[in-house]
Amino acid sequence: MAASRHLLDYPRFLGRLLWMSTDGSWRFYTWMTVLTAIALVGANAYAHQLAEGMALTGMSDHVSWGLYIANFTFGVGLAAGAVMMVIPAYLYHDHEMHDVTLIGELLAVAAIFVCLLFIVVDMGHPERAWHLMPGIGRFNWPVSMLTWDVVVLNGYLVINLHICGYLIYMRFLGRKPRKQWYLPFVFLSIFWAISIHSVTAFLYSGLGGRPFWNSALLAPRFIASAFITGPAFVIVLLQAIRRFTGLPIGEGPLRTLTSVMRVTVLLNLFMLGSELFTAFYTGGSHATAVRYLFFGSHGHHALVPWIWTAVALNIASAVVVHLPATRRHVGLLNLACALAFVGVWIEKGMGLIIPGFVPSTLHEVVEYVPTLTEWKITAGIWAFGLMVLTVAVKVALPVLSGQLAASHAELGHISPLPPGEGRGEGIG
Amino acid sequence: MSDTVSRRTVMKGAGATLGAAAFAHAMAPLTEWSKDLSVGEFLQKHYKELTRDEMGRILVHLKEETKRKYGRDVDIRDLPPQEGVSFGYALNLSVCIGCRKCSEACHQENNHDRRTGNSYIRVLEMQQGSLDLEHGNANYDHPVPAEGKYYLPVQCHQCDNAPCVKVCPVQATWKEADGVVVVDYNWCIGCRYCEAACPYHARRFNWAKPEIPAEEINPDQGYLSNRIRPQGVVEKCTFCLHRTRAGRLPACLEACPTGARVFGNLLDPKSPIRWVLENKRVFVLKEELGTRPRFFYFFDK
Ligand code: SF4
Ligand code: SF4
Repeated sequence: MAASRHLLDYPRFLGRLLWMSTDGSWRFYTWMTVLTAIALVGANAYAHQLAEGMALTGMSDHVSWGLYIANFTFGVGLAAGAVMMVIPAYLYHDHEMHDVTLIGELLAVAAIFVCLLFIVVDMGHPERAWHLMPGIGRFNWPVSMLTWDVVVLNGYLVINLHICGYLIYMRFLGRKPRKQWYLPFVFLSIFWAISIHSVTAFLYSGLGGRPFWNSALLAPRFIASAFITGPAFVIVLLQAIRRFTGLPIGEGPLRTLTSVMRVTVLLNLFMLGSELFTAFYTGGSHATAVRYLFFGSHGHHALVPWIWTAVALNIASAVVVHLPATRRHVGLLNLACALAFVGVWIEKGMGLIIPGFVPSTLHEVVEYVPTLTEWKITAGIWAFGLMVLTVAVKVALPVLSGQLAASHAELGHISPLPPGEGRGEGIG
Repeated sequence: MSDTVSRRTVMKGAGATLGAAAFAHAMAPLTEWSKDLSVGEFLQKHYKELTRDEMGRILVHLKEETKRKYGRDVDIRDLPPQEGVSFGYALNLSVCIGCRKCSEACHQENNHDRRTGNSYIRVLEMQQGSLDLEHGNANYDHPVPAEGKYYLPVQCHQCDNAPCVKVCPVQATWKEADGVVVVDYNWCIGCRYCEAACPYHARRFNWAKPEIPAEEINPDQGYLSNRIRPQGVVEKCTFCLHRTRAGRLPACLEACPTGARVFGNLLDPKSPIRWVLENKRVFVLKEELGTRPRFFYFFDK
């Protein structure tokens, strides 16, 4: 087809998507309104933080990264884990999974947005972000691990946007997607998913002065937990989509993802055990931070409740996901997912970033407790991420299921659906 | 059908307007922030790319800004490193009594924030017979020197293989020809990666705009050293380069009542620092990390 066709079709496609994204049932509007409200609270807190300085956070020169970087780290895992669904779909030719891979890619896109926002709110001078741009700024590549992270995260975003955009656009035009235009990128995104999480781990493990992070197991542990949170989130998301859009989503993907989780929750616990063994049996400087994390030290124990909650949640999710009853009761499965999700969130956040700073490099114990400002901004960013995800899923699915296509768009309306599948039902 | 469509459109319009208004309201505190933001500063190039003229204009601007914000006339210069000079610092642990006069002098010399009482120097009270920092304490509050203790002041070691320089994503921090590690406060994006990377707790972040009464401001300032730092950037000890590059000694050395501190040009065989390195048993902190500090410690006996 002539490229000129695309010049006309593509803007029309985007326009339709945009219009559709603001159409929906009362449920959709309520959901989006609530999210907008939370996002605005976060935006307001951020505006204050920018104006008055990061003194509004609980961070200090001793604990120079806190809740933001913790959530960033977790978000990278979520983004990487989401794409892991691609592995069963394409590597092992599980065809039922094909339908839902796109959901994983969309989740990855939303998660990367969340990660980038967490980086921005952690910067003292966000308006100087252009200093990071290769060419016009002074990009310290390849020496600084942070520049690697910038490259892989943005690359990952572009790859996933391309895959999603291409597949949805082709469906919109009513044409069969051409393999050479997306398959190579799908495989690339698998490798890339590993890379974003490894590079993020290297960000920490590359710091020789911080013994807590200076462990070769850090990257593998990151990957294992990514394989937990990604599937856990998608399992719940798929059910929500099935419930609110009436799209036929089979049991197959849920089963596959549950199997993945069964392995990874155990793997994660095993690696945690290995770390603990090295720390406590061998001792040394690595152990000081671990001791503080698990038992407190010198009368300070801000992290103790966090980490034990994380361990309890991780163990509980491992038990629940292995119960035979979980195969039959979707409620139990969702419980396991929620436990695992929160468990990993704490473990990769408060349990990983903060103990890297406590005790400090001069062995001072200065504790960190996030302030209300930090919680507001954090909630705001996650709410924004959910908005992105909701809109993305909401516009992608009608196109994929053929409800919205170029031929209809030209008529200016969407073909009616069978009863019970109300058009524009919200996802949520 | 067309009725519902138009109603929907109106609703969307109302929603969008409401949303935009709410957003504008939420972001209102930013007007405060943007007041401090000048286009010239926003577009300023990296230190190493500035011509003499550009630097001249920036210095004028910085002086005006200090006058406006802090009410004090100051002199800000940009002294380059001297040919054939490579700075080194040594500290005699046998005579240091932990009085923290050096930290105080640093605080004043470098125009540190008065509210937080910041200083680039931290003095650890150590257990006699142990070099393990785990047994150190930086927050002692009793007469010194205390029985059974010795004192270990720590500041930037100006590492030759500096982890802080390595990790900075935008090269806002680098090593100068005379061995001093500096930060371009107008280029730093405030990511604090360097702060996480430094093994000696030598870096400080400006969590808020520094507060200093006009009469306490040290007017002798350097672009890369003790000028009042903006909010949201990282700073560090520079061996007082606005003094040392002009042939003077660091403020902490001058303030030390016991003469524990020795500073000078490592390339000059007759300098006191060379004498210490050649005649004392010298060590560096955390040698195993491979940071190659140019800040040395020694004992008399
Ligand atoms: S002591 Fe810290 S701040 Fe100073 S050069 Fe070494 S790593 Fe950098
Ligand atoms: S805080 Fe500034 S100097 Fe430090 S790594 Fe980030 S940009 Fe570089």
